[in-house]
Amino acid sequence: MLAYVLRRLLYAVPILLGVNLLTFLLFFVVNSPDDMARIQIGVKRATPEAIERWKVDRGYDKPMFFNEAERGTAKLTDTLFFDKSLRMFALDFGRADDGRDIASEILERMGPSLAIAVPTFLLSLFASITFALLLVFFRASYLDFWGVVLCVAMMSVSSLFYIIGGQWLVSKLWALVPISGYAGGLDSFRFLVLPVLISVIAGLGSSARWYRTIFLEEISRDYVRTARAKGLSELAVLFRHVLRNALIPVLTGVVVVIPLLFMGSLLVESFFAIPGLGSYTIDAINAQDFGVVRAMVFIGSVLYIVGLILTDLSYTLVDPRVRLA
Amino acid sequence: MMAFKPVLLWTDLLLFVLVSAALLMVFHVRRHPPLREAWRKVGQRAAGMASMTVLLAFLAVGLLDSIHFRPVLRPVEGQTRTEAVYSSEVLSVLDALLAPLRLQTEKTYSAPFALRLYQRETVETADGGQARDYPRLVYGGRHLAEGEAVAPDLSSRVGAILWRAGLPILGVMCCITLIVGRRGQGSFPQAALDVLGGRATLAWRAALVSGALIALVVAAAYELAPLYHVLGTDKVGQDVLYLSLKSVRTALIIGTITTLVMLPFAVALGIAAGYLGGLVDDAIQYLYTVLNAIPGVLLIAAAVLMMQVVIDTHPHWFETAAQRSDARLLALCFILGITSWTGLCRLLRGETLKLRELEYVQAARAFGASTPTILRRHILPNVMHIVLIALVMDFSGLVLAEAVLSYVGIGVDPTTISFGTMINMARAELAREPMVWWSLASAFAFMFVLVLAANLFADVVRDAFDPRR
Repeated sequence: MLAYVLRRLLYAVPILLGVNLLTFLLFFVVNSPDDMARIQIGVKRATPEAIERWKVDRGYDKPMFFNEAERGTAKLTDTLFFDKSLRMFALDFGRADDGRDIASEILERMGPSLAIAVPTFLLSLFASITFALLLVFFRASYLDFWGVVLCVAMMSVSSLFYIIGGQWLVSKLWALVPISGYAGGLDSFRFLVLPVLISVIAGLGSSARWYRTIFLEEISRDYVRTARAKGLSELAVLFRHVLRNALIPVLTGVVVVIPLLFMGSLLVESFFAIPGLGSYTIDAINAQDFGVVRAMVFIGSVLYIVGLILTDLSYTLVDPRVRLA
Repeated sequence: MMAFKPVLLWTDLLLFVLVSAALLMVFHVRRHPPLREAWRKVGQRAAGMASMTVLLAFLAVGLLDSIHFRPVLRPVEGQTRTEAVYSSEVLSVLDALLAPLRLQTEKTYSAPFALRLYQRETVETADGGQARDYPRLVYGGRHLAEGEAVAPDLSSRVGAILWRAGLPILGVMCCITLIVGRRGQGSFPQAALDVLGGRATLAWRAALVSGALIALVVAAAYELAPLYHVLGTDKVGQDVLYLSLKSVRTALIIGTITTLVMLPFAVALGIAAGYLGGLVDDAIQYLYTVLNAIPGVLLIAAAVLMMQVVIDTHPHWFETAAQRSDARLLALCFILGITSWTGLCRLLRGETLKLRELEYVQAARAFGASTPTILRRHILPNVMHIVLIALVMDFSGLVLAEAVLSYVGIGVDPTTISFGTMINMARAELAREPMVWWSLASAFAFMFVLVLAANLFADVVRDAFDPRR
């Protein structure tokens, strides 16, 4: 097992290198630092001196891949690619445009993101599996049919509508919770309950329908018929047999996103003014702070790869036939 | 001297290519019994026919909005010109058709069917003094006399429309019923009864009912839209109905062109990886794992930011503002395509891995068919159902994604009319009292109908083409 995890982690290195190279190409080769400087300073005020100062301030004044002027290993290390891209492997993300250290900012904002993402994840998993099991229990009836119709209708509504509508209804009309904002400690509950609720409802339609298909596929298997034939109640069949055996396809879709919970949800965090990583990213995108966007891309891909490894590991937990070697 | 100069935007071209490809596919399907059988299954489902009708209506709006031209500028009084000077404003056929809606702009917000502006303004009173009041709209309800109420006018007009448009629509429906019913056996009345009872070979009843509903709504809008602002006006006084109709094209482009531009890559790479295996497979798998590893929104954000810089630093590439925002729309399609083709590529690779071991492929290999021939003749036709399912399944997700991306600021150009930009502009006004709800509601309602139809259609197509079901 340990050897397997180690090998998978080694496989991750070329993938991360690829990600880094891709983002580097996107940020530095498609547009030279000079272009970026001109846009950021403003085309009219962009004198050669101003551009040069902008580049020196941000450390963009080095060669891309190979520094002729240096000697020894510094030929490779005193370059843009090493400074802006490879240093991220050591979790050194440099500074944002406002001068703050990106790494410490990320650590600080992780808490609020998790406070939203973890309850959302658990609640929506619970809600959609319950709903799907209900539909499967009443399968091929009117309840099932209209349940699926409801799912499709819920899928067809824009997530922006759920957020805007929910904010309007709960916060403005009923005045139950504040519209937006965040506070630490126990007080945060007031601020968290609405965004979590909205995210759960917004995701319910598509995931419940997806789980329903998985459960229906499983319920037509021979072992289910055997279980019924030996006299088990339908509920026992559903929970003890169908649900447990359907866990493999469910895990495939679910475990991958667990590490990405750190990243928070862009939309919800920015609408509810929650100081998490999602709103950090949106702010960076709007302010064209390329350093922060690069850092988030890197962290996102690391977490995705961790998610893939976790998925494989989780198979061994639910299916004794799976052995990792 | 022509009265207009045709303009072909890149997205127009791609949309027309897509439509002609769809028409070619119709001919292809008619000649191949298995494909015909699968599409017949789509037509037998009421949901399939109804959603197809709705989608065709949206497509008609989108296509009308994709024929662009630049109108000729009228010479200034007393000046003769030998050469035509064209406006720098690019219009579409839809714009020309909706000219009253486009040109009748108010000062700022007004509610649906309102007679007065949303905001108080200083107006001159009859005795020469000044007062703060809600001024009358310039165009909305200007046929009404002072003090006349909207409701009675509206009800009499709607009644008249239902009467005047209802009969022709009923007539057209009857004709269609007879035409489609005739293809079965039996007499005309029998055929009509079959269609109405839902016993015809295809679910024509659903198509006819939804078609009639659409026609009635269009008729009502045609009658009322020049007189009132049916869905209100937005911040700069533009008619919301006009904006909603213009958004349809953007949504269709994002939903279809995105999948289309990456389709050749996804298909070629997926099949090559699956069939050739070895080093090619490793390289392609590495490529899509890298692309997959980057969270979609961030890759899109990074790429859009960069594309914006490219467009901003090369203003001389674009002759008109429409061409610039069109370039940005197309680039967004490419970027969304790059982030979404990996799923299709992986599916095709898996399917090809299965197919290459089947007897008929091995037989072709034993007969000495070359690899390109095998790929083209034996593998490609047998994975096309996956491509089709992916194309229709992705559509609704992309339409929804456009709204979110435009909200985040990494979507279409702010000057492009789309559901996302409409929502974005209307969002800030929700805090006002009384609330400005109409632009948001219209954008969400149009989007909901489009996406719901697409979702239903995708489900039916998947059920019909997926051999596992």
